[in-house]
Amino acid sequence: MITVNATMALTIAVLFATGFYLLLQRSLMRVLIGVVVLGHGTNLLLQLAGGPPAAPPILGTVPAEAIGDPLPQALALTAVVITFALTTFLLALGYRAFVLVGHDEVQDDIEDRRIGTQSLPTASLADPDDEVDEAADDDVESQAGR
Amino acid sequence: MTPDVALIVPLPVLLPLLGATVTVVGSRSPALQRVVGIVTLTSVAVLAGVLLVVADRRGPVVAQLGGWAPPVGIALVADRLSALLLLVSTLVTLAVLVYAIDQRIADYGRGTASTTFHPMYLMLSAGVSLAYLTGDLFTLFVAFELMLTASYVLITRRTSASKIRAGMTYVTVSLLSSLLFLTAIALVYAATGTVNLADLAGRIALLPAGLETVLGLMLLVVFGIKAAMVPLHLWLPDSYPNAPGPVAALFAGLLTKVGFYAMLRTQTLLFHRDEPWNLLLVLAVATMLVGALGALAQNDLNRLLSFLLVSHIGFMLFGLAVFNAAGVSGAALYAAHHITVLATLFLISGLITRRTGTVALDQMGGLLRTAPALAVLYAIAALTLAGVPPTAGFVAKLALLQSGVAVGPWPTIVAGVVVVASLLTLYALARVWVRVFWGEAVAPLLDDDPDDEVVVGTANTPAAMYAATGGLVAVSLAIAVFAGPLSAVTGRAGVDLLEREPYLVAVLGAQS
Repeated sequence: MITVNATMALTIAVLFATGFYLLLQRSLMRVLIGVVVLGHGTNLLLQLAGGPPAAPPILGTVPAEAIGDPLPQALALTAVVITFALTTFLLALGYRAFVLVGHDEVQDDIEDRRIGTQSLPTASLADPDDEVDEAADDDVESQAGR
Repeated sequence: MTPDVALIVPLPVLLPLLGATVTVVGSRSPALQRVVGIVTLTSVAVLAGVLLVVADRRGPVVAQLGGWAPPVGIALVADRLSALLLLVSTLVTLAVLVYAIDQRIADYGRGTASTTFHPMYLMLSAGVSLAYLTGDLFTLFVAFELMLTASYVLITRRTSASKIRAGMTYVTVSLLSSLLFLTAIALVYAATGTVNLADLAGRIALLPAGLETVLGLMLLVVFGIKAAMVPLHLWLPDSYPNAPGPVAALFAGLLTKVGFYAMLRTQTLLFHRDEPWNLLLVLAVATMLVGALGALAQNDLNRLLSFLLVSHIGFMLFGLAVFNAAGVSGAALYAAHHITVLATLFLISGLITRRTGTVALDQMGGLLRTAPALAVLYAIAALTLAGVPPTAGFVAKLALLQSGVAVGPWPTIVAGVVVVASLLTLYALARVWVRVFWGEAVAPLLDDDPDDEVVVGTANTPAAMYAATGGLVAVSLAIAVFAGPLSAVTGRAGVDLLEREPYLVAVLGAQS
């Protein structure tokens, strides 16, 4: 059983909380930073899973029982590489969104919105701004028809 | 003694990786890329077939990577379940590749080579194979990353504004599930000191019950996101419809089922239980109903299929939730059938879109007269998905229903929901039939984006696209024809999964 270092535990908790908060934002840049922060939290957690700091795992230099567990470091290293690659990809995606759409905000699913409002026309027949609704609806439909 | 079969276990992973490298290096020659892609996937399919036969006759085949014996080294394990799903997945991957080549999606129809499509396609195939074969939790994570990274590229290739939007959702949700997976691995390692699945099976049982539940639920959430289990499914109908036809077919066929396979493997191997899992029963009901009812509301053909995909994930969850040999083997059979039929339907949707120029159901009609071959393919695939006898869907569903009814009152009620969800599926698909194939013929809409990789609104469809789709329909029919031997194999696979002994002995040796 591993006893957990309170500072590490707190740091990880803060990183996770910040990461999840940022993930819930609309701007892809914030989401990206959220992923990075969350990735750090996860990697620290992996490190923590390996137990307290100990000697490097080289046979013959220190007694075997003083050697630290090398596996979590190997796992964390793999995870760091993967997170790094995906961060770069997300960055490129955000840039592409900026070039194509003009901003990097995650937008609503148009078709989903359209279906969500489908039952409304009968209810809003008496509505004076129905015309506007229909125009918007047509617009959405032509986009969905692609 | 025949040559060591264990040597071929890593090949389904290595060959596609090698193929991916060759297609990057040879990216100036589209012909080379096509040949490499098809040859690689064909060989993997053959190898998977061999593995299935061997695993069925002699038990799980284990390859120890680097010669390190588990639990220290990484093991690749091909047992009946993984070999069967590997075989079906590779056949689907191959058919979709043929279709994609003939749709000329790789080079955007320009006759030039692409540096991304073929390498990423093979990379995804390597990731899928690794996910099926690995006997190690962390390698499973790597396999998912390999598969998902390739899928990120495939879904955002040649980006338009709508694809960017879908891509953002897809990538973010997948990244979140990957990070959660990593967190779960860290916690599992902290609690047990190993990531080898066979080793974990023994050690997790020694943990306090509360801790075991937490770890089990974390892995359930992780794979639930990947498998699109309600309420974690919201990303799927949002992103898949925006991918080009063959890519959507590949994702629909494989990615969610790999997630379900991981769920099946970890829950049966690591978190063994002797009675039905009520939580998963509830989730299965929610998944079946939300998916089926969601499909009824759709006007976009691909979104409708995406919701049906979600709905039918619930069927497999039901098989797992029952947690007996019959249920698990039913789920395995259903997964094999589902991989094939969903990919087929998305390919057919691609063919329909190519002809009509739209995915909106209210803007097409009369295809029965203008494209009768398409109508036949759709009819068979739709009846298969809905599970009308004597199709493969019926065989698989029957296996699930029998497993549920035998257990107790709650699973029996859920089995009733399975029937309701099947009827709703049939209704949704019949609605497509009426809208698309019956009625007045509607002139195809013009291609509003001629530069884009997908040519639509044309009656000129390469025969090979039909051939690839027809091939998948044939696989579906073969599942129905060979239902006897096949369900015998999945039956044995189900017994293996719940007994765990064959897997553990094969990986860890007789001492366990």
